[in-house]
Amino acid sequence: MNYTSIKISSTKLNLHDCYSFVEDASCGGIALFVGTVRNATKNKEVKLLDFSGYEPMALKEMQKIADKALEKFSIYKIAIHHATGELQIGDVPVIIAVSSAHRKAAFEACKFAINTLKDTVPIWKKEHFEDGEVWVNSHP
Amino acid sequence: MKIQLLFFGITTDLVGKNSISFELNTKATVENLKDLLIEQFPNLKNIHQFAIAVNEEYADDDLLINNGDVVAIIPPVSGG
Repeated sequence: MNYTSIKISSTKLNLHDCYSFVEDASCGGIALFVGTVRNATKNKEVKLLDFSGYEPMALKEMQKIADKALEKFSIYKIAIHHATGELQIGDVPVIIAVSSAHRKAAFEACKFAINTLKDTVPIWKKEHFEDGEVWVNSHP
Repeated sequence: MKIQLLFFGITTDLVGKNSISFELNTKATVENLKDLLIEQFPNLKNIHQFAIAVNEEYADDDLLINNGDVVAIIPPVSGG
């Protein structure tokens, strides 16, 4: 039995795939985090975000997060899916789904997973504005 | 010895390449490599930090690099 679903995709992520992977009769709840592309950064209008990754390493780091979440929290299953390529406003770069018998563990594991992903997974986004582009987090 | 260097995110733009073959003395550590990289690509000073991954795993400064290793320059990540 596989308790983790890890994926990086250059096509649109599927919320239902994540949901149905973690779903189980033993679970009392499913926590979902869906990241969406916001239309502005610091009051500046964003046109699109371009995500790129070091894919083999990113998959390994995402797997580590899922394994750690299973070890740390009383959860049943976890899915972590990330998209790459050009994403428009409202598109979904990341989905995390966690199921557990009781809701507290699912909420906590979901928060742990997205926070850790943002710290460790080698994926980068470039913000495209009307007047140029900026790699996020890269300048002092 | 020879290693393969991979650049990602902003470092691809700063260096102008995705990947290069790089000559390194034996017994070089990750820290030695970081110094050499900044010497060879002074542009890398323009970002506030970068991590190094050796063969797809984050590496500490004292790790010894081996011939044939694939070494990635990891600027601050921004996924999610």
